[in-house]
Amino acid sequence: MNKARRNLAHSIAAHTLLLSYTILALFPVFVILINSFKTRKAIFRHPLTPPNPDSFSLVGYETVLKQGDFFHYFQNSMIVTVVSLFFILLFGAMAAFALAEYRFRGNVWMGLYLALGIMIPIRIGTVAILQMMVASGLVNTLTALILVYTAQGLPLAVFILTEFMKQVSDDLKNAGRIDGLSEYAIFFRLALPLVRPAMATVAVFNMIPIWNDLWFPLILAPSEATKTLTLGSQVFIGQFVTNWNAVLAALSLAIIPVLALYVIFSRQLIRGITAGAVK
Amino acid sequence: MTALRLKNISKSFGPVEVLKNIDLTVEDGEFVVFVGPSGCGKSTLLRVIAGLEDASAGLVEIGGVDVTLTPPAKRGIAMVFQTYALYPHLTVRGNMALGLKQARRPKEIIEKRLKEASRMLSLEPYLDRRPSELSGGQRQRVAIGRAIMREPKLFLFDEPLSNLDAALRMNTRVEIAALHRNLAASMIYVTHDQTEAMTLADRIVVMRDGIVEQVGAPMDLYNNPDNQFVAGFLGAPSMNFINAGQHGFEQAAVLGIRPEHLKISDTGPLQGHVTHVERLGADTNVLVKLNTDEMLTLRLFGQYDFEIDAPIRLGYAMKDAFLFDENGHRVK
Ligand SMILES: Nc1ncnc2c1ncn2[C@@H]1O[C@H](COP(=O)(O)OP(=O)(O)OP(=O)(O)O)[C@@H](O)[C@H]1O
Ligand SMILES: [Mg+2]
Repeated sequence: MNKARRNLAHSIAAHTLLLSYTILALFPVFVILINSFKTRKAIFRHPLTPPNPDSFSLVGYETVLKQGDFFHYFQNSMIVTVVSLFFILLFGAMAAFALAEYRFRGNVWMGLYLALGIMIPIRIGTVAILQMMVASGLVNTLTALILVYTAQGLPLAVFILTEFMKQVSDDLKNAGRIDGLSEYAIFFRLALPLVRPAMATVAVFNMIPIWNDLWFPLILAPSEATKTLTLGSQVFIGQFVTNWNAVLAALSLAIIPVLALYVIFSRQLIRGITAGAVK
Repeated sequence: MTALRLKNISKSFGPVEVLKNIDLTVEDGEFVVFVGPSGCGKSTLLRVIAGLEDASAGLVEIGGVDVTLTPPAKRGIAMVFQTYALYPHLTVRGNMALGLKQARRPKEIIEKRLKEASRMLSLEPYLDRRPSELSGGQRQRVAIGRAIMREPKLFLFDEPLSNLDAALRMNTRVEIAALHRNLAASMIYVTHDQTEAMTLADRIVVMRDGIVEQVGAPMDLYNNPDNQFVAGFLGAPSMNFINAGQHGFEQAAVLGIRPEHLKISDTGPLQGHVTHVERLGADTNVLVKLNTDEMLTLRLFGQYDFEIDAPIRLGYAMKDAFLFDENGHRVK
């Protein structure tokens, strides 16, 4: 902000507000992080104090890492999330481009039909999905999860991206056509880069629910080989005894990749390569 | 040879008929300007010529070849857009070369044409910049350069100057005129700027509501309009239209007199008083309210002072009176 527009009082008020919201939002994460480094006793006795030499302990992390397949779960989650996001963005953007760019009969209805999925929770169809997966032999595969998450994410992706695709300049696409670019080249080389911020938004929206989901991994892919991180962490939560050290450590570790993905996407979100491109 | 021939072109968007039976021929090397009010279908016609939009009916011939079913890239045309439409991720060089690269032309030819085009448009210092690092005028020059690179049979311009400021517009206009002279290429140019139309065109096509009202050389249209619409559309300030019957022309409905053809005269037939004066330096526009309650604009060359509400009498030469019937057709 330039000096002329800076106003101290406003700036203090705004920052106070933002800071308090940040603290509020980060507090649970903070509690999880500090407690993951404490002994079980210390967790229950002083849950809000940071670890000190007395209470410091890595027992949670040791349990988690010794649990053997933790890295494997981790990998499963990563594969499922990244591949699902990839398909959501690819198919979502393609559908959005078609809906925004081409005039065909039923264009509007098709858009509405695709957007309808936003309002209908996919979990309602769990039984049918399970039957389908059994019939196609996809139970206990990561493919099953990827398919379900792609379907779950597409409606919102199509809806949001269509709006943004409509804003891509017609002149730019037409210039491409005159220069001999194919419709695919126009989509991938001209339209996609211009809607990158919107794609990042869609990715961030979809990433967390997929990463955290317990429902579908539990139902469609509970085998040892296909367990995701969230499902894998459940072994530490027993009916009678819960290994809190391990749960907290697993949760702390699970934050890292989400954070990494978020950083990647938010950079895209901010980068404005389109500025001054068309006009 | 004819650069372009349109036969019976019609175009509808759903129930809306945007172009109605348009016939037009553009000769080789000719500069043709489409003018008309906003929404009359100029851009749509240009897009039909370019192949970006399918005509609902009719035939498009470019350079003697029927291209009605040919994709835009193969029609031998190049287009310059109002919004420049440069590829944001490519440098100036990349923008200008893309079309030829897509057509798999040899590198040497691309290099040679790039050199020529950038020299012609003084773009050499900017070849490695991105469009976002250029000013509006530079961007439009790149867009024109991109068109030149294709060496098209027909250039299409869709209001290329309307995003530029007045001074730059004049410069670029002169550049386009020079380009037309040097390349001897056929060009079609859409604008709603009078000056551009009058100064650039070999022929002007005046359109209204999807039909061609009149085609002709700029001065022919100005001096000899076929109808009231064309008469009113060309010329600024535009032609005065008053009731013909009340002013002694029983055979017509509307009498049209251009503002510069009105003269102050003590014996003139038009009596009224001054309501407003616009002093532009080189000329002065005077708004006059006649005793018949009709408004007239009078254009005087030079600087004049008038009192508001001062009485004034105006006259005109008979040869400068344009007469139109109630349908707007010219009565001679
Ligand atoms: N894709 C479209 N779908 C429906 N109607 C359209 C479409 N494109 C243009 N039109 C309509 O066609 C008519 C002509 O539009 P066009 O863009 O050719 O006008 P124009 O003469 O270029 O106007 P301007 O001087 O404002 O650029 C307008 O009434 C417009 O609403
Ligand atoms: Mg237009």
